[in-house]
Amino acid sequence: MISKGKFGKFGGVFVPELLIPALEELEAAYLKYKDDDEFNNELNYYLKEFAGRPTALYHAENLSKKLGCKIYLKREDMLHTGAHKINNTLAQGLLAKYMGKTRLIAETGAGQHGIATAVVGALLGIPTEVYMGSEDVERQKLNVFRMELSNAAVLPVESGSRTLKDAINEAMRDWITNLKTTHYLIGSTMGPHPYPTMVKYFQSIIGQETKRQIMEKEGRLPDTIMACVGGGSNALGIFSEFIGDDEVELVGVEGGGHDIKSHRTGATLTMGTEGVLHGSLSYVLQNNDGQINEAHSVSAGLDYPGVGPEHAYLKDTSRACYDAVTDQEALEGFRLLSKTEGIIPALESAHAIAYAKKYAEKKENKGKIIIINLSGRGDKDMDLVSRQIGG
Amino acid sequence: MCQIESYQEMFERVKEKGEGAFIPFIVVGDPDFETSLEIVKTYADSGADALELGFPFSDPLADGPTVQAADKRSLSSGMTTKRGFEFIKCIREYTNIPLGLLVYYNLIYKMGEDEFYKAAMECGLNGILVADLPPEEVGILLDTADKYGLDQIFMAAQTTTNERLEKIAEMCTGFLYVVAVMGVTGARSELADATVELVSRVRCHSDLPLAVGFGISHPEHIQNVLSAGSDGAIVASALLNIIEENLENKEVMLQKVGSFCRQLKEATRHKKIEELV
Repeated sequence: MISKGKFGKFGGVFVPELLIPALEELEAAYLKYKDDDEFNNELNYYLKEFAGRPTALYHAENLSKKLGCKIYLKREDMLHTGAHKINNTLAQGLLAKYMGKTRLIAETGAGQHGIATAVVGALLGIPTEVYMGSEDVERQKLNVFRMELSNAAVLPVESGSRTLKDAINEAMRDWITNLKTTHYLIGSTMGPHPYPTMVKYFQSIIGQETKRQIMEKEGRLPDTIMACVGGGSNALGIFSEFIGDDEVELVGVEGGGHDIKSHRTGATLTMGTEGVLHGSLSYVLQNNDGQINEAHSVSAGLDYPGVGPEHAYLKDTSRACYDAVTDQEALEGFRLLSKTEGIIPALESAHAIAYAKKYAEKKENKGKIIIINLSGRGDKDMDLVSRQIGG
Repeated sequence: MCQIESYQEMFERVKEKGEGAFIPFIVVGDPDFETSLEIVKTYADSGADALELGFPFSDPLADGPTVQAADKRSLSSGMTTKRGFEFIKCIREYTNIPLGLLVYYNLIYKMGEDEFYKAAMECGLNGILVADLPPEEVGILLDTADKYGLDQIFMAAQTTTNERLEKIAEMCTGFLYVVAVMGVTGARSELADATVELVSRVRCHSDLPLAVGFGISHPEHIQNVLSAGSDGAIVASALLNIIEENLENKEVMLQKVGSFCRQLKEATRHKKIEELV
């Protein structure tokens, strides 16, 4: 392997020996095709014509007025399948095709990444199987149906807590068994190298567009960028272009669950400790022995006891700061954006909205230019939210 | 207790007898501390030449359903890293054969490498294999193992290139764990031809004793891998299945475990059938 994929001390390749050659093969293919004209032409074509890029940087005037800051929304929610996930699945799906892989597997929690993988499998004609915790299969029946409509097989996972982390374990086990034919399409900036670096690269188009758009609209960089963090791919996607711009404050917002001080939280960076999960060293939610805890968040996309290793690095170097908002606050953020702007955010993205509200309430932040990465739309959450707050 | 037998001594001992080493595996604390201890004693009394002991982990991504279920039973019964070491101490009081630990790296990272390896030495372990720690991430762990006189054991797999094999063989002490299958742990009815090829290939690159594991679940599998040049065989899921199927009746469980172990050990005595003829 050319790089061990370290971000400071975080990241790495903590995987069984069996997987190392597959990671080497993937790294080599990624490095080769990321600068290949034919690959990029094809990818850019699909990003534009299939997924709907570029997405708008929308000045949310009503919300701005209400909160007393100038707020822009990066409209990843407008993409095909409803979230930023498609940027990565298109790129990795194409990469798998260029590598001659004949089968895609993926993990999914709520189903967003599963759907984004399923449609790419359908588009590129690659058979796709998606691992999903049986608990999530039950909770997200419509998304299972959506995946199946796109010809993907959904494989319920009965092990462990039967949620996202167990779906990842099971996808890894499948990959270990079927390395030659199969590409494991990881959905976030997590896992062993090269995934955190590669997924960030494929999502960095969000940051590139955002920078260009804000310069056109404001003639200057924003004061603050906010994004929700589960595994962390939408946040790194938008942060990536601004990490070198020290004057831009970067804020990652985690799913606090009921109460971040309880064990029922998804706030890995805020409440977790250093540990190794799913192939990399990062922050994890764990007990004193290093056994991984179950996470909890009202938003399935943030319901994960790990987080991408580059976020751990950005936290430790204080380049980005991380905070959590509770389920209740996120639901309020969900309502706030829906009512003021007529934009229904995904529950994940609603965490960033809720944080923006708290942020704007502070006197020192009044009038600042804020960009919120609106990573997904809320259609998928209608059922859950209507039960939580009444339709 | 007489002196702890080293892996080298054990492999020489069985070799002199014209046998291969039989190494059964258990997740410590499966299904509970006491029963688990009795199972391990049964292993030792039924022909085990060394023991492979796993600490349970919440997210064992190299393991199939059988070991996952064993991990879960063990954790539910209250197993912790500290109690795991106490468990091994109890085994060490019972037998002097080599004891190896199979563990996921997060348990070591959380406790601290030095402290973990010190505890491992103190409870009488011979060596440690970290399931998710390839040579790339070893760091100073080899020095730590050396400091406490422990063998650091590594895995070689079908996907491991010859170049990597050389590197791994250089780092590895005690024995080299040869992964029989492309996949995770679990009992299998067939042993792939590729396994036999792998054993021969690894043999060319290392003088270390070799023990084959993953999917070894029949006496014939053992004979095959020993004939291919392996010095030993590690049996896990096939034994854990017996435990799982007899949770309600401990006496039957121990009896079945013992009788299966004797069959497996017996298989190691007939590795070179063709040479005898």
